[in-house]
Amino acid sequence: MGIVKTAKLVYEYLKHDEEGNVEAVNRAIDGVDIDIEEGQFIAVLGHNGSGKSTFAKHINALIVPTEGTMWVDGLKTDEEQNTIKVRQTAGMVFQNPDNQIIGTIVEEDVGFGPENLGVPTQEIWERVNKSLESVHMTEYRHHSPNKLSGGQKQRVAIAGVIAMHPKCIVLDEPTAMLDPNGRKEVIKAVHELNKKEKITVILITHYMDEVIDADKVYVMDEGKVVMEGTPREIFSQVDKMKDLRLDVPQATEIAYELRKSGINIRADILSIDELVNEVCQLK
Amino acid sequence: MSIKVENVNYIYGIGSGFEKQALKDVNLTINDGEFIGLIGHTGSGKSTLTQHLNGLVKATSGAIYYNGQNIYDEKYNMRELRSKVGLVFQYPEHQLFEETVFKDVCFGPSNLGLSKDEIEERAYQALKNVGLDKTFYEQSPFELSGGQKRRVAIAGVLAMKPDVLILDEPTAGLDPRGRDEILDQIALLHKTEHITIILVSHSMEDVAKYVGRIIVMNRGEVLFDDIPKKVFKNYKKLEEVGLAAPQSTYIMNALKERGLDVDTDAMTVEEAATSIIKALKENGGAGDD
Repeated sequence: MGIVKTAKLVYEYLKHDEEGNVEAVNRAIDGVDIDIEEGQFIAVLGHNGSGKSTFAKHINALIVPTEGTMWVDGLKTDEEQNTIKVRQTAGMVFQNPDNQIIGTIVEEDVGFGPENLGVPTQEIWERVNKSLESVHMTEYRHHSPNKLSGGQKQRVAIAGVIAMHPKCIVLDEPTAMLDPNGRKEVIKAVHELNKKEKITVILITHYMDEVIDADKVYVMDEGKVVMEGTPREIFSQVDKMKDLRLDVPQATEIAYELRKSGINIRADILSIDELVNEVCQLK
Repeated sequence: MSIKVENVNYIYGIGSGFEKQALKDVNLTINDGEFIGLIGHTGSGKSTLTQHLNGLVKATSGAIYYNGQNIYDEKYNMRELRSKVGLVFQYPEHQLFEETVFKDVCFGPSNLGLSKDEIEERAYQALKNVGLDKTFYEQSPFELSGGQKRRVAIAGVLAMKPDVLILDEPTAGLDPRGRDEILDQIALLHKTEHITIILVSHSMEDVAKYVGRIIVMNRGEVLFDDIPKKVFKNYKKLEEVGLAAPQSTYIMNALKERGLDVDTDAMTVEEAATSIIKALKENGGAGDD
């Protein structure tokens, strides 16, 4: 069993009328079966309302399945005695950094999590040091978070999660509010955590170019996993991605346009460098 | 009809010890009917600038003229300015509050002293202009999807019949199709209603695809102000200030360096593909088979 595994996962929102009677049932997750291996970098794509955020909240036991099962590191998330352990195993980072930072000084904010776990003071500081180091924010440790840029704040939020020593972090659109540099900083930091610290990463995003280095991509639609594979396998299906209200990286789309015009170029190009190399071979 | 920004400076927290100059000698003319992209890293001053344009924030020094009148004149009607220069904030759907979509859009114009018929007429028109289907009008705005909510919020500003519409990252958090739909709708408004549009965005691909002019802010100053092709030529400088160019710009420049005679001005997927095909054919390469 992987670090995150689901079996026939279903989640339903109930809609109530003014008297409190159930008016409608909205199935946000509809029979998801996945198994994520420890240490992988996973991306989840899907249009707004496809169920990906609802899925993410299950990993952290913020919500529990209506039907089916979710295991995090072998623990069933719907059993109450597991909740704290599940949240320690899988940390979450959300879209808006301002909603996640509570400390008035960067290092205090990062220490907040482990302090709540009852970690001894000396060890808290060790964890804070290491977490800030891992997202390259050590030089800002004595700063006030509200003076930082969006990308820096988001890296502090990630450090706060890392300080709890999770095996897995789930990031729900962590770059949606950031400028191009902030986006790059955050994605780079997350990749480093995955490679160096072997932390399993589950990244939810609407930016296709953030996904090209993932080990595996899941695409969700109407609460179901409708595509899964490597970024190459997923993005080479340009028409299908567009039908799902999604997109592909610009380099992939240019290659797709070239192929449509009869130019014999690979369909599974992902990066700028690959496209440039392939086109130069056609000269 | 235009907005003229003259030597505008804006300093936060004067005398508090945390003084910060957010705008520095900004000079701009925004002409009627333009579609402008306003870009800059977080904290570059672009949001502060937009808040000056409709009088939400008052410049520390300098002047702003709307249609030739100084908005800082004592007798100037600031209230009217705010209905003429509409500002759609980031995540505007957080400001929805009414029971139904239609009532929410009516809220703005109902504060203008208009007749009930006129208010409703404006609300219908605004909802039509953002492409929201009639079936949603009587629904609670809170039951709509993210993209639909955002349309309602934009309609609320459009119902004020602004001459200038400023949108602060209107596509943040939307899926790719949602982004295209909102921006296509805004482009259509620009074309059919002749509204001046100022689009604040972090997406260089979006800016490249839609706008006719880009203003780049950096540390409170205007760094570039030109047509997109010319601005993106400075992609190395843009990176230095925390921005970037569209992916196509990088692809075309790399191909040119490797000796393929492509047009480095190509910014969109279509332009890039067309230029590569042409260059390959001229090269006698694989383009012909």
